[in-house]
Amino acid sequence: MSNKKNVMVFIESRAGKIAEVSLELLGAARDLAGKLGVQVEAVAIGHDLKNELTVLGHYGCQRVYYINDERLAFFSSVPYAKTVVNTIKAHNPGIVLFGATTMGRDVAPRVASALKCGLTADCTDLKIGEHQIKDKTYKNTLLQIRPAFGGNIIATIVSPESVPSMATVREGVMKMITPNPDAAVEIINEACTIADNDFLTEVLEVINEEKAVNLKAAQIIVSAGMGASDPEAIELARTLAAALCGELGCSRPVVDSGILDKDHQVGQTGITVRPNLYIACGISGQIQHRAGMSEAKRIIAINKDPNAPIFAIAHYGIVGDVKDVLTKMINAYKKA
Amino acid sequence: MGLRMIVTVKQVPDTHNVTGEAMKEDGTVNRAALPTIFNPEDLNALEEALKIKERTGGHVTCISMGPPNAVEVLKECLYRGADDAVLISDRRFAGADTLATSYALKCAIEQAGEYDLILCGRQAIDGDTAQVGPQIAEKLDINQLTCISAVTEIDEESITAKRSVEDGYEIVKSGFPVLLTVTASANEPRSANAKKVMTYKNIGKEICNSSYDESYMAAETCAVISHVKEWNVEAISADPVQCGLSGSPTKVKKIQSVVLTGCESRQIANSETEITNLMNELVSENIIG
Repeated sequence: MSNKKNVMVFIESRAGKIAEVSLELLGAARDLAGKLGVQVEAVAIGHDLKNELTVLGHYGCQRVYYINDERLAFFSSVPYAKTVVNTIKAHNPGIVLFGATTMGRDVAPRVASALKCGLTADCTDLKIGEHQIKDKTYKNTLLQIRPAFGGNIIATIVSPESVPSMATVREGVMKMITPNPDAAVEIINEACTIADNDFLTEVLEVINEEKAVNLKAAQIIVSAGMGASDPEAIELARTLAAALCGELGCSRPVVDSGILDKDHQVGQTGITVRPNLYIACGISGQIQHRAGMSEAKRIIAINKDPNAPIFAIAHYGIVGDVKDVLTKMINAYKKA
Repeated sequence: MGLRMIVTVKQVPDTHNVTGEAMKEDGTVNRAALPTIFNPEDLNALEEALKIKERTGGHVTCISMGPPNAVEVLKECLYRGADDAVLISDRRFAGADTLATSYALKCAIEQAGEYDLILCGRQAIDGDTAQVGPQIAEKLDINQLTCISAVTEIDEESITAKRSVEDGYEIVKSGFPVLLTVTASANEPRSANAKKVMTYKNIGKEICNSSYDESYMAAETCAVISHVKEWNVEAISADPVQCGLSGSPTKVKKIQSVVLTGCESRQIANSETEITNLMNELVSENIIG
């Protein structure tokens, strides 16, 4: 076993299948580990996952600590968090990454609390750099970059005295590497030492619901902001999305105001998307939102305010009334 | 009897209504220029506690950590039906990250006495971390149910709730004590009760205002508290080193105001001709089909 401070990824599995975000994080971990000259490790918790674990190697993981126990088949906060804590204590990683999923956001804070270490939520970028506190310089520390304060600023957070440094990252933020089917992962079985009386949550039912919208897979997204939030404008955005075989997205305030469901929300705290075309209707373009869509191949911005920040990242800018412009677009497309 | 409930609440800057003045020239946040509000999902946590109290009976204590004027959110709790309110406030709590915040809240919860159920909003809109709830649960060594969108059953022994996850939901059950983090879809928070506003609008002074008209409040079943408790580091027996900046492993290295990376941008006039041309162009480039 290496005594270097490796980079460790928490592998999340749902219904026996490894979550995409975990594979994405392995790519980010590989970049960080490369800069530090350390290895990429993972911790996988569950039941009967062994066959699934080989894929971790394809995505850059060198070693996975696998805790297999029937009692761990369903997620439960206390046993999962304690198992991660035990694994961290046994193998001393320098950095631990979690997906910012409901599971990652449940486990990671408990682990950080138990180890009294730093944890930064929803990072949009991770780098290695140095940090100075008084006259002490910490080299090779994790720079955790995230929009903060409703997306009005970008903060770089460090936890140089904390071992490990921990961060959560949303699904879709990091890019998966091209898998290498020849790369093997070393699977190390570890016993589950959690007592029965730590299994405090009983999962009575698991209900899968098809999402009404699937923004992640959409190639075209028509997105509504507060400038397009009246029923008529939403309907026009929906019509254009349907005509283009795309999906309807929106900005956070539209969700917070209860106009559209959270499944439609694009942005740092919503869904990160990379469609071929993103049409931002009445969206001012706060960093919070841009963090989730700036990598779209083409962006059309429609806004009545010519100074809206969204225009700075748009390939095509249309200044005008959203409803008016959308109507013209729908008509134009029908004719085309 | 009923359940003993704690609700943690936070006063937050209204990050949705940020104006130009909210940012200082050096790119830092000018908190003074921002209005403050009751963190939205904390209102959902409070509402869930009040609903449980109506169903099974019980006692609801609201706790907030913040500057002295955070007493305003605690008054909002009392207006809606909370039984007791505690503000933990001390300069030594300042600069706390989620770890130091959860430590202080854990100490305050222990100081407040026995509890069965702790309810927190899933996350606060200023940081969006969703970390403090689970960190409190870990420090108290109790179970947690996060992302709860409905409480389906509750009695004196256990709670059953609907937990929203990525591809659907789970129905989960736990005994007490347990900590819940509640999402916005759990309920529609009630508004303030006019009688309670009358009762509590001047609260905050240590001394009870004897001019209260007792008969006016007689319709209420629970006792009326005379003041919001304000506790400092010593009052909650906290270790000052674990509070505030010194108890926070995460540090802000750099704050940047947002620089827009410009791209080659074309202005399209809002005319039928130009929009038609744009759509045709996108079709010919196979961007749209």
